[in-house]
Amino acid sequence: MTENTGKVTGINGNLVSVEFSGNISMNEICYVDVEGASLKSEVIRIRGNTAQIQVYEMTGGIRCGDPVRFTGDMLSAELGPGLLGQIYDGLQNPLPVLAEQAGWFLERGVYADSLDPEKKWTFTPLVKAGDRLRAGDCVGTVPEGSFVHKIFVPFDLLGRYTVRSVAEKGDYTVREPVAVLADEKGAELSVTMSFKWPVKRPVKCYAERLAPVETMGTKIRLIDSFFPVAKGGTYCIPGPFGAGKTVLQHTTSKYADVDIVIIAACGERAGEVVETLTEFPKLTDPKTGRSLMERTIIICNTSSMPVASREASVYTSVTLAEYYRQMGLHVLLLADSTSRWAQALREMSGRLEEIPGEEAFPAYLESCIAGFYERAGYVRLADGSVGSVTIGGTVSPAGGNFEEPVTQATLKVVGAFHGLSRERSDARKYPAIDPLISWSKYRGVIRQDKADFCKKIIVHGDEIGSMMKVVGEEGTSLSDYIIYLKAELLDAVYLQQNTFDLTEANCTTPRQRYVLDKLILLLGSDFALADKEEARGFFNRIRQKFIDWNYTAFESEAFGKAEGEIDGLYAAGAGRLSREAGNLLKGGEADGK
Amino acid sequence: MGNKIFSRIESIAGSVITVRATGVRYNELAVIQTRFGKSLAEVNKIDGDLVSLQVFAGCQGVSTGDEIRFLGHGMQLSFSEDLLGRIFNGSGLPLDKGPALTENLQPVIRPSVNPTKRILANRMMRTNIPMIDMFNTLVVSQKLPIFSISGEPYNQLLARIAMQAEADVIVLGGMGLKYDDFLYFRDTLANGGALAKTVMFIHTASDPIVECMKIPDMALATAEQFALQDKDVLVLLTDMTNFADAMKEIAITQEQVPSNRGYPGDLYSQLAGRYEKAVDFEDSGSVTILAVTTMPGDDVTHPVPDNTGYITEGQYYLKGGRIEPFGSLSRLKQNVNSLTRKDHRSLMDAMIRLYSAYKDTVEKKNMGFSMNKWDEKLLKYGDLFERKLMDLSVNLSLEDALDLGWKILADCFDRDETGIKSELMDEFWPAE
Repeated sequence: MTENTGKVTGINGNLVSVEFSGNISMNEICYVDVEGASLKSEVIRIRGNTAQIQVYEMTGGIRCGDPVRFTGDMLSAELGPGLLGQIYDGLQNPLPVLAEQAGWFLERGVYADSLDPEKKWTFTPLVKAGDRLRAGDCVGTVPEGSFVHKIFVPFDLLGRYTVRSVAEKGDYTVREPVAVLADEKGAELSVTMSFKWPVKRPVKCYAERLAPVETMGTKIRLIDSFFPVAKGGTYCIPGPFGAGKTVLQHTTSKYADVDIVIIAACGERAGEVVETLTEFPKLTDPKTGRSLMERTIIICNTSSMPVASREASVYTSVTLAEYYRQMGLHVLLLADSTSRWAQALREMSGRLEEIPGEEAFPAYLESCIAGFYERAGYVRLADGSVGSVTIGGTVSPAGGNFEEPVTQATLKVVGAFHGLSRERSDARKYPAIDPLISWSKYRGVIRQDKADFCKKIIVHGDEIGSMMKVVGEEGTSLSDYIIYLKAELLDAVYLQQNTFDLTEANCTTPRQRYVLDKLILLLGSDFALADKEEARGFFNRIRQKFIDWNYTAFESEAFGKAEGEIDGLYAAGAGRLSREAGNLLKGGEADGK
Repeated sequence: MGNKIFSRIESIAGSVITVRATGVRYNELAVIQTRFGKSLAEVNKIDGDLVSLQVFAGCQGVSTGDEIRFLGHGMQLSFSEDLLGRIFNGSGLPLDKGPALTENLQPVIRPSVNPTKRILANRMMRTNIPMIDMFNTLVVSQKLPIFSISGEPYNQLLARIAMQAEADVIVLGGMGLKYDDFLYFRDTLANGGALAKTVMFIHTASDPIVECMKIPDMALATAEQFALQDKDVLVLLTDMTNFADAMKEIAITQEQVPSNRGYPGDLYSQLAGRYEKAVDFEDSGSVTILAVTTMPGDDVTHPVPDNTGYITEGQYYLKGGRIEPFGSLSRLKQNVNSLTRKDHRSLMDAMIRLYSAYKDTVEKKNMGFSMNKWDEKLLKYGDLFERKLMDLSVNLSLEDALDLGWKILADCFDRDETGIKSELMDEFWPAE
């Protein structure tokens, strides 16, 4: 309501000091008028009559005395039909619309509607006059792509409301009212298909938050089988540069078993966003058979875009994720990279001259990170359906050293840790998730005892490998050497996966189970091998056949043939299954439910 | 308005002066008249009527009574075809004998390109260096650093790429360049006939520090303008560590809280702002960036190479006069190497994997362990690989390099020792 104003009194980078009159609130949005443009900004500190604001644009050209207008609103996301398939900047401006208005460059002060105000959506009412509703209840639906998009009573309405009237089935824009509600005192307000929600506040219009137990398939063997992620869970991927964080995120965004994927490209390369933009419209979602883009939202604040909106972008992303979760959908939010977000906090903290914490990150870094990941969750909604937000964040630790503050603060709050290692990526072992350091608290698609059996071999093989570096091959016993070769085999044919090959990348749960059983047969058997030379040759041949097998389509003729060849090798090596492995292979996949 | 003159310098520290003035815009340029002549200065902080400026020529000899005239605009660049073949300093003044350029002034600082106006990098830039073309293909609009240490022939490598790469325009930005290196670039490009398509922005080691900070901006603004004229531009920067050190110096002078080893907290954003100028414009030209980054103490975790690595699309390691296959990575290579030849990707991966095994064997050998048959094969392979493919003087087209790769494998190994899928081997494994 209040149109407060102020005047600029100082500029330092994107931090501007403003002398104001009247009342303003923390995190309020304001605009600085400069050289014919209005620059969106957010209040981040108030002292006496001076507010410090972070400007979401380049600040060149601002001078003391330039006017500032306060809006009274917090930084908000607009929620409604039409979000899917969009490419937004961190402040939810659709980038294609900005391109139409401003051309090649992101000229400052140019903003656009988040949702197309002209587009008509076919609304079907679900309530009638007299119904009693509260925030988060559904008044009707519109079809959005392959989804039924629910139209909600805005999440910020407190108390109970009575429906006075509701629009008939028909086509409406997101700005036209579709229902009129009355509060307990009888004051009326009209509801449109879109509303705003302050991005830094979690949406909590659900009945109950449940424990994340359902596995979220990613088709990446190493993850699904050994370090799984649950729907509604959180995980992080720290790794030095070049270890394949972004490729991993990209693969996950294509194959993850969820309804909607939100990609937050936060302070990373623009080229990667372009890759997604080019590739996704051409790919189809195996679940719906429609373009992958129809289930994707991209929030892109690349590294050269202003730093303050980088901070906003992660909150905008998670708010959109929560919105679709409210419709009973499973949403995956991929944030790449949370370190850039943390650095944005650090830059502002430095300009505010706050007392720095470790590596000059602000003292509130940990609570910010925890607050962000805690917005993930598996919830039961008021109507009994369930929805989830899963958050996967990459971390880019300085120097690849996981001891640094952002990695450590993240590890405290996530449920799975996929640590990438430089040694693995240097040796082109992709995905470069290091099985020796990674962990997950969630349940995977492979029975736990089988996964443990495999992990044990990896650890044992690694120990023998390091020992061999000291005592040499001749100082290693044949049986140890064979375990070493088995660990290598497991790594080469199962942990490593060529995600650029369509068949290899699309490794479904049934296939993972089937193939791993074959592998357990090989790993859990003794072979008649006379010496190390013979052992190495034998496992090389198995590896070769296995790799060929991986490249055949599941349950195809070629698949059967390649499997037959492995069986042939097994027989030729006179394989005898150990009792431990024999027991493992009994009794299907049921894992105490 | 823009030409107000002030002469109340309140403080002078390092390359930064503080002056009392009003009506001054953030990032505005000013001219300071000292007893040694004129210098440009740029506003980098305003607090009420206290305005801080970084003085391009440095503050030596600046007097508290010197006059400062604000120009009413930020850094500008005169853009035209006349730039080609010319050499400038960080302020945009000519270093050669040519005239100063003043027409068609364009702002140096531009907002970033709308990501939806970029197109996917998918054109290979051939260099005929196998370690680049075959193992880490350079792609148009890519940004890649060359990580190196002092003493390595990085400027020679850069010059060779400049001569051999297919680009319409070359922009060279030299920061903290030794004077003889500057002469080397100038003469090499001139002798190779490339000078006429080159623009140089040069800061030598003895020039003032603020100008060093301006080199990448000037070079990249020039490149961007040419790219908008439908030109494929290759920007060569050397050495970005000097640029970062210049930033550190200014930040410390202005009492900013340092984050890591004295570098300012926005080092990542500052570097990214420059590297992200690499672009392939929809319906127009492109900017490709190769930037030498020397690693102090050969330490890749030093803040400058570390932050750079997170920004760029891979990196080349130059070590012992060779581009190292480990760690060197062109992230965009998969955009093009599926289109080159179908064995390219698998062969490249297999050869690197085997080279990695070779390195383990060398280690084993150095520790005095006996070599088995497999080790002997690896040793033979590693030697061939280093001599025939890694050496920087090897000048081979991609296709010839691939054929040579298969030949080396066949010379050293049996088919099922390579880990390549059989289908490819049936086609490419050389017949005896």
